[in-house]
Amino acid sequence: MDEQRVGTGDRSEPTIVAFFCNWCTYTAADLAGTSRMKYPANVRIIRVMCSGRIDPQFVVDAFAQGADGVLIGGCHPGDCHYAEGNYKALCRVVLLRRVLHEMGIEDARFRLEWISASEGEKVARVIREMTQTIRGLGRLDLPGRRARWDTELLGREAAEPAMAVLTGSDGR
Amino acid sequence: MSTTTKPQVAFYWCAACGGCEEAVVDLAEDILTVADAVEIVLWPVALDFKRADVEARPDGSIAVAFVNGAIRTSEQEEMAHLLRRKAQILIAFGACSQLGGIPGLANLMDRETILRAVYDEAPSMVNPEGTRPAETFPVNGQATTLPAFHNTVRTLDQVVEVDYYLPGCPPTPKVIKDAVMAILEGKLPPRGSVLAPDVALCDQCPLKATKPERLLISAFKRPHEVLIDPETCLLAQGLLCLGPATRGGCEALCLRGHMPCTGCFGPTSRVQDFGAKLISAIGSAVDATDPGAIEAILATIPDPVGTFYRYSLPASRLRRKVSDAAPAVAPLSKAAEAA
Repeated sequence: MDEQRVGTGDRSEPTIVAFFCNWCTYTAADLAGTSRMKYPANVRIIRVMCSGRIDPQFVVDAFAQGADGVLIGGCHPGDCHYAEGNYKALCRVVLLRRVLHEMGIEDARFRLEWISASEGEKVARVIREMTQTIRGLGRLDLPGRRARWDTELLGREAAEPAMAVLTGSDGR
Repeated sequence: MSTTTKPQVAFYWCAACGGCEEAVVDLAEDILTVADAVEIVLWPVALDFKRADVEARPDGSIAVAFVNGAIRTSEQEEMAHLLRRKAQILIAFGACSQLGGIPGLANLMDRETILRAVYDEAPSMVNPEGTRPAETFPVNGQATTLPAFHNTVRTLDQVVEVDYYLPGCPPTPKVIKDAVMAILEGKLPPRGSVLAPDVALCDQCPLKATKPERLLISAFKRPHEVLIDPETCLLAQGLLCLGPATRGGCEALCLRGHMPCTGCFGPTSRVQDFGAKLISAIGSAVDATDPGAIEAILATIPDPVGTFYRYSLPASRLRRKVSDAAPAVAPLSKAAEAA
């Protein structure tokens, strides 16, 4: 259902990629599910062991692949399972937010929330809020934009990322 | 006409400052060895061969084409396609060609903003009629043409397939010499390689021994604000040195001159987005846990995009600033068809 719309380029609903830490926010999302709380199906949750594991590359890559918003969820300050991973996440988010802002990506598309394992309701609320806000902003659609940017080129259809050759993958 | 069987070599210059051309001359006496071993068939900055001379050559007849500079105009794009067709090996020479380089920072603006700044708003500009460069203009009953100025700056490999990359702003004599020797001896690494060691610069830094086990930075300083201690890791002194995520092979020239690395050799092969990786490395060194204190420390980095994507904005996953402005003019392909 929803998955079929991802990446097709003509979906009307925004997609939010969420990176949740294993110990707090992902557990809270589980709680939201087992408690049968309702939240929009726009979110794709990726579990990582710690919010400190979230490389800023994951965030820019999610946007580049078509995410309309990126949500990071970690343990509250002082509660990190690994003592200080969430502080590292916060530092990176502060710096990355300035970069995204300057690159023309609206601040509301990138959000960090501390959500403990017991806060299932907060998971549902944050996802509801973020989906609502991004519906208002409209789609970001970087893959579509890249294709439009490349219409000024003479030949060779949409060129794919520069780093493709360097990484030995197609960079997606 | 040449009757030699020496390999033919072409050099070309796209959106770049000219430093890469200097870099070739920087080979000093070694350039004589190179010049002896090859036949140069195109090098606009030094020799009088024309585009038509290259067009007249059979496809694939040029052994190696070195192209420096990013791709900003339709002419550069055409030359990239031409040299790709004529050369067996196409090498992106230097940071602009590999990653977009300094000219790539123009991707923070669109075409119209740039033209307005240059032709309307520059203090030295007197242009009451608002004249802008035209792609075609009649002169004596004939149409003269200018290349199209694209909205987006691109890396060479966003326009044509590239075989190898020579990193650096500009590439150092050592990496150039090593690359030329590898080509002449037929000892090139797998296609798509960057022709420099795949290790972080920190690993080759003369100050490596003084890099603390755990970096903790409470304020970022700029080189003009402090007296640099030449014996201590620059990051440990709070200077924003990009060595941790930058590819080595430059012989740490800036560090030996007591200046922090600005990342011109680009990332190592494991990195997908150079700037984001630098944000990861530098962000995790911030010595604070309070949100206000973190903001305050990071506020001492005045220009994050210009710092972390200095040489690599077009090669980044985001590529350019998002704006809805479409290319202001039709692509030149249409003009070319009409001509």
